[in-house]
Amino acid sequence: MMKMKGPFSLLPLLLALLLAAGCLRGRQPGQRGTGQKQVIQNSGSDTMVNLAQAWAEEYVRIKPAVSVEVSGGGSGTGIASLINGTADIANCSREMTFAERERALQNTGKDPVEHLVGYDALAIFVNLQNPLHEITLEDLAEIYGERGRIERWSDLGVQPPDGKRDKIIIISRQSNSGTYEYFREAVLGKTRDFRLGTIDMHGSKDVVELVARTPGAIGYSGMGYATDRVRMLRIARKHGETAYAPTVPNTQKGIYPVARPLFMYTLGEPEGELRDYLEWIHSPEGQDLVVRSGYVSLSRTGSHAPAQGEEHQP
Amino acid sequence: MTPGRRHLEPLKEWLIERFIWLCGVSAIFFVFAIFIFVFREGADYFFSGFKAGEFFTSIEWYPTSRTHVRYGALALITGTFSVSFLAMFLAVPFGLGAAVFISEFCPPRLKEGLKIVIELLAAIPSVVWGFIGLTIMNSLIVRLFNAPIGLNMFNGAIILALMSVPIIVSIGEDALKAVPDSYREAAVALGCTRWQMIFRVLLPAARNGLLAAVMLGIGRAVGETMAVLMATGHSIRIPHGVLEPVRTLTATIAAELGEAPVHSDHYQVLFIIGILLFTITFVINITADFIVRGIGRK
Repeated sequence: MMKMKGPFSLLPLLLALLLAAGCLRGRQPGQRGTGQKQVIQNSGSDTMVNLAQAWAEEYVRIKPAVSVEVSGGGSGTGIASLINGTADIANCSREMTFAERERALQNTGKDPVEHLVGYDALAIFVNLQNPLHEITLEDLAEIYGERGRIERWSDLGVQPPDGKRDKIIIISRQSNSGTYEYFREAVLGKTRDFRLGTIDMHGSKDVVELVARTPGAIGYSGMGYATDRVRMLRIARKHGETAYAPTVPNTQKGIYPVARPLFMYTLGEPEGELRDYLEWIHSPEGQDLVVRSGYVSLSRTGSHAPAQGEEHQP
Repeated sequence: MTPGRRHLEPLKEWLIERFIWLCGVSAIFFVFAIFIFVFREGADYFFSGFKAGEFFTSIEWYPTSRTHVRYGALALITGTFSVSFLAMFLAVPFGLGAAVFISEFCPPRLKEGLKIVIELLAAIPSVVWGFIGLTIMNSLIVRLFNAPIGLNMFNGAIILALMSVPIIVSIGEDALKAVPDSYREAAVALGCTRWQMIFRVLLPAARNGLLAAVMLGIGRAVGETMAVLMATGHSIRIPHGVLEPVRTLTATIAAELGEAPVHSDHYQVLFIIGILLFTITFVINITADFIVRGIGRK
């Protein structure tokens, strides 16, 4: 008798669990796999991977029936996975290009839908030994741009950071990172290319690390990657205009010149668990995680708020 | 039982022979299959839009430019050659020296220990070497050589040298060991000093094996990807000194192939770089072969 009791006493518990699971997913009939965990595949931008991971971990606590699997690889990789069906959500630190939209429509028959989920402010980093505290977008373009005029710290009117070598060591990113593309668009404009001879690092964190180790260096990365071993510069659009620090309020107000929107893309309007997840990301709780990951949250909710950083491009 | 088994003996022999033949031939098959695959991926662009002049003479590598896409690989080619050459400049004397020491001078007990440690050195993954270059060597070079930046050609070359020394040592040591002891005895009997014996007798006798060791080392240096990607600074320019950052062909493929849309021009140019790398190693190996034969004929 005692032996029989063991397994049977578990039955009500199991039933209750099944029922609970059923209630959680109750609104969507015909969702695949009753009773087993539903998995949302989320991949894309390396800039967003920490944030996406934070969302995924928190969401599993709220809704144990759903698990979100996050992988990085870059915005382009995320969109490619969305198109070939290995991802449900693509994280993207830039807008999807027309060609990518075309390809998605061709391959899947569905239009990708854009969801604005937060902002990323790019910070310009210099070594702590560097006396520079602010810079203009114009000067940045002359430092980074092809055939740019500024090659030395003295061109900017500052002493060389390590006392001797005047040459600016320009640190950039590999040519297909979303951060590289956004910096090019925001600082160099639509047509100009980067100058040759920049040090192209393979990750946001590596840029900050290298600036911290190299006195004469300048580099750019997401605000969230700042450490206390580097200094972030205040940025003005033009000479004579006010320079703004890369802070959360400045980004939300749209006055910090190098901020960009962060997107998540789905194929078609999201349904079921996918919709619930994206709604939760836009909720105060989800947006709180944006701030805690070092990014800037949406000032207002709604998935199609205009990208402030883009609007103010000169 | 026994007669039956004896009956099967020729069949077994035949099977084993075929199997070994297959193992040998498969190497040729794989090399050709890889070459054909790499060539096929890049072929479209190679025969239509590819500008060989620009590719070999321009340093302007702008694969993702919005207005003016340029595929000039001269800086990348220079980068690969300069880093590999500097690496070999450091690794060959060290590697051959260590091989001579282990094979001729080393007391037997130390010899076993040394060999184990050197083999261990060969087993360290390249990404770990790259990480060492990115962190430890980076700070060291800035401090010791007062370099403006620690990620440069010298850093990459040291890492590559450290990676190819174990190969040169173990193959070189085998080559020296293969020289019959009678040569040594004869040299000593003629009144040679130890150094004379090594320079006049051992090194010439083992030259083929030693050359093979050096060639494999060069192969490793030219083909290495991850470590140079992390340690060289990944910067497109013609270097004017060893403390300047460079960018190699392999690192360019590694950094860009992941996000180049499949079958786009950029993707195909990266495969053309692959063909170029293939050709470089092919030429190196063929040259080595001719050198070995040339020496042999004398």
